[in-house]
Amino acid sequence: MLNIIWLLLLASGIVVAAINGNVEVVTEAALEAAKGAVQVCFDLIGIMALWLGIMKIAEKAGMIQGLASILKPLLRRLFPSVPSNDPAMGAIILNLSANMLGLGNAATPFGMKAMQELQRLNHDKPEASAAMCTFMALNTSCITLIPATIIGIRLAFLSANPTEIVGACIFATSCAMIIAVSLDYWFRKHSRWGGKN
Amino acid sequence: MLLTVLTTVSRWAIPLLLLLIPLYGFCKGVAVYESFVEGAEEGFYTAIKIIPFLVGMMVAISVFRASGAMDYLVGALRPFMAAIGAPPEVLPLAVMRPLSGSGALGLATELMRVYGPDSMIGRLASVMQGTTDTTFFVLTVYFGSVGIKRFKYAVITGLSADITGLLASVYICNLLFK
Repeated sequence: MLNIIWLLLLASGIVVAAINGNVEVVTEAALEAAKGAVQVCFDLIGIMALWLGIMKIAEKAGMIQGLASILKPLLRRLFPSVPSNDPAMGAIILNLSANMLGLGNAATPFGMKAMQELQRLNHDKPEASAAMCTFMALNTSCITLIPATIIGIRLAFLSANPTEIVGACIFATSCAMIIAVSLDYWFRKHSRWGGKN
Repeated sequence: MLLTVLTTVSRWAIPLLLLLIPLYGFCKGVAVYESFVEGAEEGFYTAIKIIPFLVGMMVAISVFRASGAMDYLVGALRPFMAAIGAPPEVLPLAVMRPLSGSGALGLATELMRVYGPDSMIGRLASVMQGTTDTTFFVLTVYFGSVGIKRFKYAVITGLSADITGLLASVYICNLLFK
Protein backbone atom coordinates (compact mmCIF):
# COMPACT_ATOMS: atom_id res chain seq x y z
CA MET A 1 0.00 0.00 0.00
CA LEU A 2 2.57 2.53 1.13
CA ASN A 3 5.01 1.30 -1.52
CA ILE A 4 2.52 2.29 -4.21
CA ILE A 5 1.68 5.68 -2.69
CA TRP A 6 5.34 6.52 -2.21
CA LEU A 7 6.24 5.58 -5.77
CA LEU A 8 3.21 7.47 -7.16
CA LEU A 9 4.15 10.66 -5.30
CA LEU A 10 7.74 10.52 -6.57
CA ALA A 11 7.05 9.34 -10.12
CA SER A 12 4.14 11.67 -10.84
CA GLY A 13 6.16 14.58 -9.48
CA ILE A 14 9.13 13.83 -11.72
CA VAL A 15 6.96 13.24 -14.81
CA VAL A 16 5.03 16.49 -14.29
CA ALA A 17 8.26 18.44 -13.75
CA ALA A 18 9.72 16.92 -16.94
CA ILE A 19 6.63 17.85 -18.98
CA ASN A 20 6.72 21.38 -17.63
CA GLY A 21 10.39 21.56 -18.56
CA ASN A 22 11.75 22.26 -15.09
CA VAL A 23 13.29 19.01 -13.89
CA GLU A 24 15.80 20.91 -11.77
CA VAL A 25 12.94 21.69 -9.36
CA VAL A 26 12.88 17.98 -8.47
CA THR A 27 16.56 17.94 -7.55
CA GLU A 28 16.23 20.97 -5.34
CA ALA A 29 13.02 19.80 -3.66
CA ALA A 30 14.42 16.33 -2.98
CA LEU A 31 17.69 17.55 -1.47
CA GLU A 32 16.00 20.25 0.59
CA ALA A 33 13.39 17.81 1.93
CA ALA A 34 16.04 15.25 2.88
CA LYS A 35 17.88 17.92 4.86
CA GLY A 36 14.60 19.16 6.35
CA ALA A 37 13.60 15.68 7.52
CA VAL A 38 16.78 15.34 9.55
CA GLN A 39 16.19 18.81 10.99
CA VAL A 40 12.70 17.73 12.13
CA CYS A 41 14.20 14.69 13.87
CA PHE A 42 16.86 16.78 15.56
CA ASP A 43 14.21 19.17 16.81
CA LEU A 44 12.32 16.16 18.12
CA ILE A 45 15.24 14.80 20.15
CA GLY A 46 14.93 17.31 22.97
CA ILE A 47 11.15 17.14 23.17
CA MET A 48 11.17 13.35 23.02
CA ALA A 49 13.82 13.14 25.72
CA LEU A 50 11.86 15.50 27.98
CA TRP A 51 8.52 13.69 27.71
CA LEU A 52 9.85 10.17 27.77
CA GLY A 53 11.84 11.14 30.87
CA ILE A 54 8.71 12.44 32.58
CA MET A 55 6.85 9.38 31.42
CA LYS A 56 9.42 7.06 32.97
CA ILE A 57 8.76 8.69 36.33
CA ALA A 58 5.00 8.27 35.83
CA GLU A 59 5.55 4.65 34.90
CA LYS A 60 7.64 3.87 37.97
CA ALA A 61 5.13 5.63 40.21
CA GLY A 62 2.40 3.38 38.82
CA MET A 63 0.49 6.26 37.22
CA ILE A 64 0.47 4.78 33.72
CA GLN A 65 -1.04 1.50 34.88
CA GLY A 66 -3.50 3.48 37.00
CA LEU A 67 -4.65 5.44 33.96
CA ALA A 68 -5.07 2.22 32.03
CA SER A 69 -7.26 0.65 34.68
CA ILE A 70 -9.64 3.64 34.76
CA LEU A 71 -10.50 3.28 31.09
CA LYS A 72 -10.24 -0.50 31.09
CA PRO A 73 -13.78 -1.35 29.93
CA LEU A 74 -13.51 0.83 26.83
CA LEU A 75 -9.95 -0.11 25.97
CA ARG A 76 -10.57 -3.82 26.29
CA ARG A 77 -13.09 -3.60 23.48
CA LEU A 78 -10.89 -1.46 21.24
CA PHE A 79 -7.72 -3.45 21.86
CA PRO A 80 -8.78 -7.05 22.50
CA SER A 81 -5.24 -8.37 21.87
CA VAL A 82 -3.59 -6.17 24.53
CA PRO A 83 -3.69 -7.34 28.18
CA SER A 84 -5.75 -4.75 30.05
CA ASN A 85 -3.07 -3.83 32.60
CA ASP A 86 -0.30 -3.59 30.04
CA PRO A 87 1.77 -0.36 30.05
CA ALA A 88 0.84 -0.01 26.35
CA MET A 89 -2.68 0.96 27.44
CA GLY A 90 -1.37 3.73 29.67
CA ALA A 91 0.79 5.16 26.91
CA ILE A 92 -2.14 5.06 24.47
CA ILE A 93 -4.31 7.00 26.94
CA LEU A 94 -1.59 9.61 27.50
CA ASN A 95 -1.18 10.07 23.75
CA LEU A 96 -4.90 10.46 23.12
CA SER A 97 -5.31 12.87 26.06
CA ALA A 98 -2.41 15.01 24.80
CA ASN A 99 -4.03 15.01 21.34
CA MET A 100 -7.37 16.09 22.78
CA LEU A 101 -5.77 18.97 24.66
CA GLY A 102 -3.96 20.03 21.50
CA LEU A 103 -0.52 19.40 23.02
CA GLY A 104 1.02 18.21 19.77
CA ASN A 105 4.61 18.09 20.98
CA ALA A 106 3.73 15.95 23.99
CA ALA A 107 1.46 13.68 21.96
CA THR A 108 4.22 12.47 19.61
CA PRO A 109 6.56 11.08 22.30
CA PHE A 110 3.68 9.40 24.14
CA GLY A 111 2.50 7.91 20.85
CA MET A 112 5.93 6.51 20.07
CA LYS A 113 6.14 5.02 23.53
CA ALA A 114 2.74 3.38 22.94
CA MET A 115 4.05 2.00 19.64
CA GLN A 116 7.11 0.54 21.34
CA GLU A 117 4.92 -1.19 23.92
CA LEU A 118 2.63 -2.53 21.17
CA GLN A 119 5.65 -3.72 19.20
CA ARG A 120 6.73 -5.72 22.26
CA LEU A 121 3.40 -7.59 21.99
CA ASN A 122 3.58 -7.92 18.19
CA HIS A 123 4.25 -11.41 16.84
CA ASP A 124 5.26 -10.48 13.30
CA LYS A 125 7.75 -7.66 13.87
CA PRO A 126 8.03 -5.91 10.49
CA GLU A 127 4.24 -5.97 10.03
CA ALA A 128 1.81 -3.71 11.90
CA SER A 129 -0.34 -5.59 14.42
CA ALA A 130 -4.11 -5.14 14.60
CA ALA A 131 -3.73 -3.20 17.86
CA MET A 132 -1.29 -0.81 16.16
CA CYS A 133 -3.71 -0.19 13.31
CA THR A 134 -6.50 0.56 15.80
CA PHE A 135 -4.22 2.92 17.68
CA MET A 136 -3.33 4.71 14.43
CA ALA A 137 -7.01 4.97 13.51
CA LEU A 138 -7.76 6.58 16.88
CA ASN A 139 -4.70 8.79 16.73
CA THR A 140 -5.18 10.23 13.24
CA SER A 141 -8.86 10.95 13.82
CA CYS A 142 -8.65 11.98 17.45
CA ILE A 143 -10.91 14.76 18.71
CA THR A 144 -9.09 17.98 19.54
CA LEU A 145 -10.92 19.86 22.27
CA ILE A 146 -8.49 22.76 22.13
CA PRO A 147 -7.23 23.46 18.60
CA ALA A 148 -4.75 25.96 20.08
CA THR A 149 -2.77 26.72 16.92
CA ILE A 150 -5.75 27.56 14.77
CA ILE A 151 -7.34 29.69 17.51
CA GLY A 152 -4.04 31.54 17.74
CA ILE A 153 -4.01 32.25 14.01
CA ARG A 154 -7.64 33.41 14.04
CA LEU A 155 -6.78 35.70 16.93
CA ALA A 156 -3.78 37.06 15.03
CA PHE A 157 -5.98 38.00 12.05
CA LEU A 158 -8.41 39.80 14.40
CA SER A 159 -11.33 37.38 14.24
CA ALA A 160 -14.45 38.69 16.01
CA ASN A 161 -14.89 35.26 17.60
CA PRO A 162 -11.75 33.11 17.43
CA THR A 163 -13.26 30.11 19.23
CA GLU A 164 -16.53 29.85 17.27
CA ILE A 165 -15.02 27.02 15.22
CA VAL A 166 -14.43 24.73 18.22
CA GLY A 167 -17.89 23.14 18.13
CA ALA A 168 -17.66 22.56 14.39
CA CYS A 169 -14.23 20.96 14.82
CA ILE A 170 -15.55 18.61 17.49
CA PHE A 171 -18.46 17.61 15.25
CA ALA A 172 -16.22 16.98 12.24
CA THR A 173 -13.59 15.00 14.18
CA SER A 174 -16.29 12.92 15.83
CA CYS A 175 -17.53 11.92 12.36
CA ALA A 176 -13.97 11.12 11.27
CA MET A 177 -13.36 9.08 14.43
CA ILE A 178 -16.54 7.03 14.06
CA ILE A 179 -15.64 6.17 10.45
CA ALA A 180 -12.01 5.36 11.32
CA VAL A 181 -12.88 3.11 14.26
CA SER A 182 -15.66 1.31 12.35
CA LEU A 183 -13.47 0.75 9.30
CA ASP A 184 -10.66 -0.48 11.49
CA TYR A 185 -13.04 -2.89 13.19
CA TRP A 186 -14.28 -4.14 9.82
CA PHE A 187 -10.75 -4.65 8.49
CA ARG A 188 -9.71 -6.48 11.63
CA LYS A 189 -12.66 -8.86 11.41
CA HIS A 190 -13.23 -9.35 7.71
CA SER A 191 -10.27 -8.51 5.54
CA ARG A 192 -7.38 -10.71 4.45
CA TRP A 193 -5.17 -8.51 6.61
CA GLY A 194 -7.13 -9.40 9.71
CA GLY A 195 -6.48 -12.43 11.86
CA LYS A 196 -5.15 -12.88 15.32
CA ASN A 197 -2.06 -10.71 15.30
CA MET B 1 -15.59 33.10 28.26
CA LEU B 2 -14.83 29.97 26.25
CA LEU B 3 -11.64 31.59 25.02
CA THR B 4 -10.47 32.27 28.59
CA VAL B 5 -11.13 28.67 29.62
CA LEU B 6 -9.35 27.27 26.59
CA THR B 7 -6.31 29.52 26.84
CA THR B 8 -6.04 28.87 30.58
CA VAL B 9 -6.12 25.11 30.05
CA SER B 10 -3.53 25.20 27.28
CA ARG B 11 -1.31 27.56 29.27
CA TRP B 12 -1.39 25.40 32.40
CA ALA B 13 -1.46 21.87 30.98
CA ILE B 14 2.28 21.43 30.46
CA PRO B 15 3.54 23.20 33.62
CA LEU B 16 1.08 21.15 35.68
CA LEU B 17 2.15 17.87 34.10
CA LEU B 18 5.79 18.79 34.71
CA LEU B 19 5.00 19.54 38.34
CA LEU B 20 2.53 16.83 39.29
CA ILE B 21 4.18 13.76 37.75
CA PRO B 22 7.61 14.20 39.41
CA LEU B 23 5.95 15.28 42.67
CA TYR B 24 3.71 12.22 42.76
CA GLY B 25 6.64 10.01 41.79
CA PHE B 26 8.76 11.46 44.60
CA CYS B 27 5.99 10.79 47.13
CA LYS B 28 5.82 7.20 45.86
CA GLY B 29 9.55 6.80 46.52
CA VAL B 30 10.69 6.91 42.89
CA ALA B 31 14.25 8.17 42.25
CA VAL B 32 12.83 10.96 40.10
CA TYR B 33 15.95 12.41 38.51
CA GLU B 34 17.53 9.04 37.72
CA SER B 35 14.27 7.79 36.23
CA PHE B 36 13.96 10.94 34.16
CA VAL B 37 17.43 10.47 32.67
CA GLU B 38 16.74 6.81 32.02
CA GLY B 39 13.58 7.67 30.06
CA ALA B 40 15.16 10.63 28.29
CA GLU B 41 17.88 8.39 26.89
CA GLU B 42 15.21 6.37 25.06
CA GLY B 43 13.92 9.61 23.54
CA PHE B 44 17.25 10.20 21.87
CA TYR B 45 17.37 6.80 20.16
CA THR B 46 13.71 6.96 19.13
CA ALA B 47 14.18 10.34 17.44
CA ILE B 48 17.25 9.10 15.54
CA LYS B 49 15.50 5.92 14.47
CA ILE B 50 12.76 7.73 12.53
CA ILE B 51 15.21 9.67 10.30
CA PRO B 52 15.24 7.21 7.34
CA PHE B 53 11.44 6.91 7.33
CA LEU B 54 10.94 10.64 7.49
CA VAL B 55 13.54 11.35 4.78
CA GLY B 56 11.79 8.90 2.44
CA MET B 57 8.35 10.35 3.04
CA MET B 58 9.30 14.02 3.05
CA VAL B 59 11.35 13.74 -0.17
CA ALA B 60 8.44 12.10 -2.03
CA ILE B 61 5.92 14.65 -0.75
CA SER B 62 8.20 17.58 -1.47
CA VAL B 63 8.87 16.44 -5.08
CA PHE B 64 5.13 15.92 -5.57
CA ARG B 65 4.42 19.42 -4.33
CA ALA B 66 7.24 21.41 -5.90
CA SER B 67 6.89 19.83 -9.36
CA GLY B 68 3.34 21.09 -9.73
CA ALA B 69 1.85 17.58 -9.69
CA MET B 70 -0.18 18.55 -6.64
CA ASP B 71 -1.70 21.46 -8.56
CA TYR B 72 -2.90 19.01 -11.21
CA LEU B 73 -4.48 16.84 -8.52
CA VAL B 74 -6.18 19.92 -7.10
CA GLY B 75 -7.42 20.82 -10.59
CA ALA B 76 -8.80 17.34 -11.13
CA LEU B 77 -10.66 17.43 -7.80
CA ARG B 78 -12.23 20.85 -8.42
CA PRO B 79 -15.62 19.57 -9.71
CA PHE B 80 -15.86 17.34 -6.64
CA MET B 81 -15.53 20.36 -4.34
CA ALA B 82 -18.31 22.19 -6.17
CA ALA B 83 -20.48 19.10 -5.84
CA ILE B 84 -20.15 18.97 -2.05
CA GLY B 85 -20.78 22.70 -1.71
CA ALA B 86 -17.30 23.87 -0.73
CA PRO B 87 -15.50 26.94 -2.08
CA PRO B 88 -12.71 25.75 -4.43
CA GLU B 89 -10.18 28.00 -2.68
CA VAL B 90 -9.86 25.51 0.22
CA LEU B 91 -9.04 22.57 -2.06
CA PRO B 92 -5.22 22.89 -1.87
CA LEU B 93 -5.55 22.81 1.92
CA ALA B 94 -7.68 19.65 1.78
CA VAL B 95 -5.09 17.89 -0.38
CA MET B 96 -2.14 19.14 1.66
CA ARG B 97 -3.57 18.32 5.09
CA PRO B 98 -2.74 14.58 5.24
CA LEU B 99 0.67 15.10 3.59
CA SER B 100 2.38 17.91 5.46
CA GLY B 101 1.49 19.59 8.74
CA SER B 102 3.60 22.70 8.22
CA GLY B 103 2.49 22.97 4.58
CA ALA B 104 -1.18 22.80 5.55
CA LEU B 105 -0.73 25.31 8.36
CA GLY B 106 0.91 27.69 5.88
CA LEU B 107 -2.00 27.34 3.45
CA ALA B 108 -4.62 27.82 6.18
CA THR B 109 -2.84 30.93 7.45
CA GLU B 110 -2.68 32.31 3.91
CA LEU B 111 -6.41 31.71 3.36
CA MET B 112 -7.22 33.55 6.58
CA ARG B 113 -4.94 36.43 5.69
CA VAL B 114 -6.50 36.84 2.23
CA TYR B 115 -10.18 36.18 3.00
CA GLY B 116 -10.31 37.03 6.72
CA PRO B 117 -10.88 34.57 9.57
CA ASP B 118 -14.61 35.30 9.76
CA SER B 119 -15.35 34.66 6.08
CA MET B 120 -16.84 31.34 4.97
CA ILE B 121 -13.46 30.35 3.52
CA GLY B 122 -11.61 31.40 6.68
CA ARG B 123 -13.98 29.44 8.91
CA LEU B 124 -13.92 26.37 6.73
CA ALA B 125 -10.11 26.48 6.61
CA SER B 126 -10.03 26.73 10.43
CA VAL B 127 -12.33 23.75 10.88
CA MET B 128 -10.46 21.65 8.33
CA GLN B 129 -7.14 22.48 9.95
CA GLY B 130 -8.52 21.65 13.40
CA THR B 131 -10.18 18.45 12.29
CA THR B 132 -7.97 16.19 10.22
CA ASP B 133 -4.47 15.06 11.00
CA THR B 134 -1.23 14.74 9.08
CA THR B 135 -1.91 11.07 8.44
CA PHE B 136 1.26 10.38 6.46
CA PHE B 137 3.51 12.08 9.00
CA VAL B 138 1.89 10.24 11.90
CA LEU B 139 2.03 6.84 10.19
CA THR B 140 5.63 7.36 9.03
CA VAL B 141 6.91 8.55 12.37
CA TYR B 142 5.00 6.14 14.62
CA PHE B 143 5.53 3.00 12.58
CA GLY B 144 9.07 4.08 11.71
CA SER B 145 10.05 4.46 15.35
CA VAL B 146 9.52 0.72 15.92
CA GLY B 147 10.69 -0.46 12.51
CA ILE B 148 7.29 -1.48 11.10
CA LYS B 149 7.54 -1.63 7.32
CA ARG B 150 4.17 -3.09 6.34
CA PHE B 151 1.38 -0.75 7.44
CA LYS B 152 -1.49 -3.04 6.35
CA TYR B 153 -4.84 -1.22 6.23
CA ALA B 154 -3.76 1.67 8.50
CA VAL B 155 -3.25 3.94 5.47
CA ILE B 156 -6.81 3.31 4.22
CA THR B 157 -8.37 3.93 7.65
CA GLY B 158 -6.33 7.11 8.14
CA LEU B 159 -7.18 8.54 4.73
CA SER B 160 -10.86 7.61 5.11
CA ALA B 161 -10.86 9.53 8.38
CA ASP B 162 -9.34 12.53 6.57
CA ILE B 163 -11.95 12.43 3.79
CA THR B 164 -14.76 12.03 6.31
CA GLY B 165 -13.35 14.94 8.32
CA LEU B 166 -13.26 17.08 5.17
CA LEU B 167 -16.86 16.25 4.18
CA ALA B 168 -18.10 16.77 7.73
CA SER B 169 -16.26 20.13 7.95
CA VAL B 170 -17.93 21.36 4.75
CA TYR B 171 -21.33 20.13 5.93
CA ILE B 172 -21.16 21.69 9.40
CA CYS B 173 -19.73 25.00 8.14
CA ASN B 174 -22.49 25.32 5.55
CA LEU B 175 -25.01 24.56 8.27
CA LEU B 176 -23.62 26.88 10.97
CA PHE B 177 -21.99 29.77 9.18
CA LYS B 178 -23.89 30.35 5.97
